[in-house]
Amino acid sequence: MKVREVHPAAWWLWSLGLALLASRTTNMLLVALILAMTTFVALSCRRPSPWSSAYLVFVKIGIAAVVLRVTLTALAGAPIGTHVLVTLPQAHLPHVFAGTRIGGPITAEELALSAEEGVRLLAMLACVGVANVVTTPSRLVKSMPAALYEAGLAVTVAVSIAPQTVAQLRRVRAARRLRGRPTRGLAGVRGLGVPVLEGALASSLALAAAMDSRGYGRRVPVRRGRRVIASTAALGGIVVVGAGTYGITGGGPRWFGWPLLSAGAVLLVTGLLLGGARSPRTRYRADRWDVRASALAALGVLAVIATTASDGDPLLTPGDPLAVPNLPWLPAAAVLVAALAAFLDPAPRRAKPTADPPVGSAPLRAAA
Amino acid sequence: MIRLDAVTVTLPGRAEPVLRNIDLHVPEGELCLVVGRTGTGKTTLLRCVSAHMPHITGGVLAGHVSVGGRDTRDHPPRELADLVGVVGQDAVATFVTDRVEDELAYAMESLGVAPDTMRRRVEETLDLLGLADVRDRALLSLSAGQQQRVAIGAVLTAHPRVLVLDEPTSALDPPAAEEVLAVLTRLVHDLGLTVLMAEHRLERVVQYADRVAHLDEDGRITAGDPATVLEHASVAPPVVSLARIAGWSPPPLSVRDARRIAGPLRERLATSPAVTRTPSAFGDVLAHVRRASVVRDDVTALRDVELTVRRGEVVALMGRNGAGKSTLLETLAGLLTPTRGSVTVAGATPHKLTSRNLVRTVGLVPQEPGDLLYAATVAAECATADTETGLDAGATAAALDRLLPGLLTTRADVHPRDLSEGQRLALALAVVLAGRPPLVLLDEPTRGLDYPAKARLAQWLDELAADGHGIVLATHDVELAAECAHRTVVLADGEVVADGPSREIVTASPAFAPQVAKILAPGPWLTVADVEAALEAAS
Repeated sequence: MKVREVHPAAWWLWSLGLALLASRTTNMLLVALILAMTTFVALSCRRPSPWSSAYLVFVKIGIAAVVLRVTLTALAGAPIGTHVLVTLPQAHLPHVFAGTRIGGPITAEELALSAEEGVRLLAMLACVGVANVVTTPSRLVKSMPAALYEAGLAVTVAVSIAPQTVAQLRRVRAARRLRGRPTRGLAGVRGLGVPVLEGALASSLALAAAMDSRGYGRRVPVRRGRRVIASTAALGGIVVVGAGTYGITGGGPRWFGWPLLSAGAVLLVTGLLLGGARSPRTRYRADRWDVRASALAALGVLAVIATTASDGDPLLTPGDPLAVPNLPWLPAAAVLVAALAAFLDPAPRRAKPTADPPVGSAPLRAAA
Repeated sequence: MIRLDAVTVTLPGRAEPVLRNIDLHVPEGELCLVVGRTGTGKTTLLRCVSAHMPHITGGVLAGHVSVGGRDTRDHPPRELADLVGVVGQDAVATFVTDRVEDELAYAMESLGVAPDTMRRRVEETLDLLGLADVRDRALLSLSAGQQQRVAIGAVLTAHPRVLVLDEPTSALDPPAAEEVLAVLTRLVHDLGLTVLMAEHRLERVVQYADRVAHLDEDGRITAGDPATVLEHASVAPPVVSLARIAGWSPPPLSVRDARRIAGPLRERLATSPAVTRTPSAFGDVLAHVRRASVVRDDVTALRDVELTVRRGEVVALMGRNGAGKSTLLETLAGLLTPTRGSVTVAGATPHKLTSRNLVRTVGLVPQEPGDLLYAATVAAECATADTETGLDAGATAAALDRLLPGLLTTRADVHPRDLSEGQRLALALAVVLAGRPPLVLLDEPTRGLDYPAKARLAQWLDELAADGHGIVLATHDVELAAECAHRTVVLADGEVVADGPSREIVTASPAFAPQVAKILAPGPWLTVADVEAALEAAS
């Protein structure tokens, strides 16, 4: 008996909560803890899907960011602190570039500071990476309100076109080589864009035709009045939410921020619900919000609470003077508890993925 | 169920209509096969029925098309989604989701089918198509045969009453094609589905058809009983061509029917001397693959492959989808670097050659022939190819005219993208063959080509071989392999599992045997041309 998968929205709440925690801290110990936890969860929960290697990709991007950051700081950063590690020969720049420096002394403090900033980004990416390996974007789209479904699907399809475009690029380059055209250097890049774009466009059109034939965009007739109300509510909602956000972020008088934001949200939701009635869609094996989903979301909320409760000193460690930071107990506990996610929605135990069944597989032959 | 009344279709930018005054009626529960030469408007006809014409593709449609009583004029494809299922040539291009189960459910979700019903139908379809083992798998990780079955399943779950299929088996190896066709026949017989299908490889499908609609070059249609229509059609599977020679009328459509009346022919042939087309000796070694392994996207696509191609030799590569045929060709063409082992072509290492030198050594027509084309019109493409390869002006145009006579005069200003599948392939073949590279590599060179064009290609390959060129073709088309390959190499799972004279390899397995060989077994004849030559020698 297969265990149902936990609602994808719960996973996104979990990972965004932790990403928020990661974004607020420069404490290396805490960040290391977050990375260890996300790796554990990603490994124990990942599902076989085209996205299953996303965690690794996210982490690789993060590591590249850290390396780039530290290198740039070492070469051209402002020296802070007193612990000089090496002194590089310094380039003498013209007067116009006053304030910029290339080469010169590299201090432990400046490296530590830039590494902390970089590793924070790495941790945030790792948190989002977990959500990507456990639930695919298409599962999240499935749980969207009907009125947003079609737009959401268009976005996921566009995202999944990216790997196809890379494949297309490879094919066009190969074809150029076969026709005796240069493939290296500037000459090789020139004239590559049009065939690749053309190919992407052609496949989008083919997909659009296929989706149309399978009922994408079918409408059930709805009274005109109701349609007008739905669009007015949705549009009005967006405007009011915008005004409310403006109030909260401090653009205008404070008092109208929260009330406007809530009123706008209500309008928006009403608009979406009314608009959704035009689409006849149903959902195949829709994800259900169960106790495990609530628990998972709670873990994410816990991380947010821990962040707000201990905002400030314990989360931020100054790079100068150098010191081993203390581990703030509340956020650390939140991160450790978040690892429970691995037990809430573990990957189904399965044997090694089987190879393709031999041609003319038994059930078909039997049925025929 | 499907009714076309006085339908005339004109495509944008063309003076002459593609389809002229078509009347066609396909009653419920019939499998109707649309046949015709390359570029005669088979795909356009199917698009009229699926309402893509004129709602999605441009063009002017006169007359009436109705499916299940709904006029396509007022019903865009999405309004026919519950009635018509459309399956294209390229399954991957039509996938909306990324998992087998979700793909099967997608059409039902759009139609608003109740969740319980959806669940039941998905389970039924998984069983019907033998996909239960792969229900959780990512679509892109499946084999081509499985992908094509998913594409069919994805439209079946919506319980359409009509299926429209455009070359559903053209990308499949013979066993996978049989599997898909077996499913289709069962749907027609058990569920009373009406099927409209276009296909070039008639030998695979014609015995399942209840009705054949033949489109001629003026865009007119003749529809009726398969044997009657095919007896005089411009395209005919080998079994019908054999019937024309042997004087069988009406022609048999399946190997079984042909064998039952082939007794006298076999007796006549028994007295004739055996024909051998294989030259007694070939030239020196032109291409040599030594214990090459290729790892592609973390998968070992080739493992310790050993292959030699001599001058004057035509080698066919066969094997199921994903066996490594294309990888081997791309390695020979210098597009892939072997992870282990070595490759030499005409004394050089192909992947180290500059593209300028490569094009003088190896020519490859890839599986997607369109990749090879850049120019904005057919005429410009031919001119570019001449200058790039350093040929006399008009050489490529002449080559194209040889493969598909008349294409250049009627469609010179058309964008290659707007050509039919077979026409585009012919253009790519012309671009490569006109340059006469010493080693010619062709990846699936018959998709969308009709029988006369295939025969012209085979004859040209014969001539090139006689001039000392080496030719390797990867194909699922057993008839082509039988017609022009001297040697056949079978790949499985990236390894060479058989390598020997075509005659022996091809007759050894029923999956790879051409129709004539099956009909005249145990005689040594493989193609209609063999039989013709033998009869001449006997008389």
